[in-house]
Amino acid sequence: MPSVMLRKREDGKLLFYVAKKDLEETIESLEFDTPTKWGGEVVLGDGSKYYFELLDAPPKIPTTLQAKRL
Amino acid sequence: MVAMTKEETEALIQEVLEVYPEKAQKDRAKHLAVNDQSLEKANKCITSNRKSLPGVMTIRGCAYAGSKGVVWGPIKDMIHISHGPVGCGQYSRAGRRNYYVGTTGVNTFGTMNFTSDFTEKDIVFGGDKKLAKIIDEIEVLFPLNKGISIQSECPIGLIGDDIEAVSKVKTKEHGKTIVPVRCEGFRGVSQSLGHHIANDAIRDWVLENRDGDDSFPTTPYDVAVIGDYNIGGDAWSSRTLLEEMGLRVVAQWSGDGTIAEIEKTPKVKLNLIHCYRSMNYIARHMEEKYSIPWIEYNFFGPTKIAESLRRIAAHFDDTIKEGAERVIKRYEAEYEAVIAKYKPRLQGKRVMLYVGGLRPRHVIGAYEDLGMEVVGTGYEFAHNDDYDRTIKEMGNATLLYDDVTGYEFEEFVKKIKPDLIGSGIKEKYIFQKMGVPFRQMHSWDYSGPYHGYDGFAIFARDMDMTINNPCWKNIKAPWKKDAAEGEAVKAVA
Repeated sequence: MPSVMLRKREDGKLLFYVAKKDLEETIESLEFDTPTKWGGEVVLGDGSKYYFELLDAPPKIPTTLQAKRL
Repeated sequence: MVAMTKEETEALIQEVLEVYPEKAQKDRAKHLAVNDQSLEKANKCITSNRKSLPGVMTIRGCAYAGSKGVVWGPIKDMIHISHGPVGCGQYSRAGRRNYYVGTTGVNTFGTMNFTSDFTEKDIVFGGDKKLAKIIDEIEVLFPLNKGISIQSECPIGLIGDDIEAVSKVKTKEHGKTIVPVRCEGFRGVSQSLGHHIANDAIRDWVLENRDGDDSFPTTPYDVAVIGDYNIGGDAWSSRTLLEEMGLRVVAQWSGDGTIAEIEKTPKVKLNLIHCYRSMNYIARHMEEKYSIPWIEYNFFGPTKIAESLRRIAAHFDDTIKEGAERVIKRYEAEYEAVIAKYKPRLQGKRVMLYVGGLRPRHVIGAYEDLGMEVVGTGYEFAHNDDYDRTIKEMGNATLLYDDVTGYEFEEFVKKIKPDLIGSGIKEKYIFQKMGVPFRQMHSWDYSGPYHGYDGFAIFARDMDMTINNPCWKNIKAPWKKDAAEGEAVKAVA
């Protein structure tokens, strides 16, 4: 369960950053991204997949969340 | 020599790797690469931030070097205790030339060495009592210090001293910030982890000291310069540009910086990151906790300076945008004159770099402004994200080397034959004896500053002075020179 720091890049894309793993990738797709439901499976730029617990509202970015590696 | 093709560079890497045993060969091959600008991500071509191979000459430092030497050391009004044996602090004392203003020994302590000078007794019985005593002594002898940081050396972690407990007790007793930093040298693979540990210590012990205190008057133009260590005055020549365009520089991290500046940083509007490698951690933390955006900038060479000034200005209103244009215009004649003077002397010269932090990619622009070409570059302790940023800066089919070994570096130089090498002091005399012009690029070979427009003039002069120095023609003994050359000398005489 790495802690993931999410931040917006200048072009509006979400960046997925894991300090311990030296991983900084763009988020290509997020399963649920609506005002009432946020999270689920994410696919990163390098093709790897992670899972965020479902939230009732989108988090305020930048933020740190726990993600599961799939 | 003409530029090498991709195949030639690959063949060169193979040739150099040949001498290693099979296992080492496999490992080292991952750290050497041919640059390919079409790649988006560096992890496709190069591996970095891994343990160095035993038995090869690596040029890396340790976590203590990253914390005491780089991040904490330049904070001038704090006393940084090198906690452990005396050598670590003494042999690195003032070597990085982080300039500052102040009276050393009275209100600033940058070039002094404070150490607990561990002996056998301290290893056996623990050093906490000694540490407490040192802190008390410091308070008596240097009452104008604004805080103390305890930089652990290897034995502290090995014998399990509780420096945090001592710090808490003494913070209460003296009412000053006392920061324990767990940067024992054996942690991690290079100084890079030391930077991270130091950043985390600032986050945990210093940064939130003034949360909820709004007595500091802010303006909409407050910025902090982060990751500029004022080597030879770098931060000063950067700061003047920012102030001239209308920004207010609240804090300098950490060259010529103070603890008060660091405590005020959470109040700024934008963090400007120069050395991404050593201070991105704290910038990311401030972005999350205080919603302060951060951007990277590059103040080497007029092209990159103009680009960076405009990018910084884009985060502010029109007065700053106009300010940026005004600054660029004001210095135009000055840097054009520098280029006009030195470009003809340096045109087409080829450079190989091997440094740490930000320089292997940041100075490329400055060399290109002088008509020079960087044909090989590498970092001591970079991570993947640094190489991501480097790929675009370097030309195609140029050489990238991560954590290069002494042997590999020498062989590359013999084959590529660059006109100039920029690396550290350990490499300097080897290459000078091989007859290759060399600049020590960690602390600008005792020159500087190199940042900003003023720094560019010095940079250009230094590169010219090194490459076109007449001594390189006299490397060969007179009786070994071929006859034709001898004749020419006689004719002149």
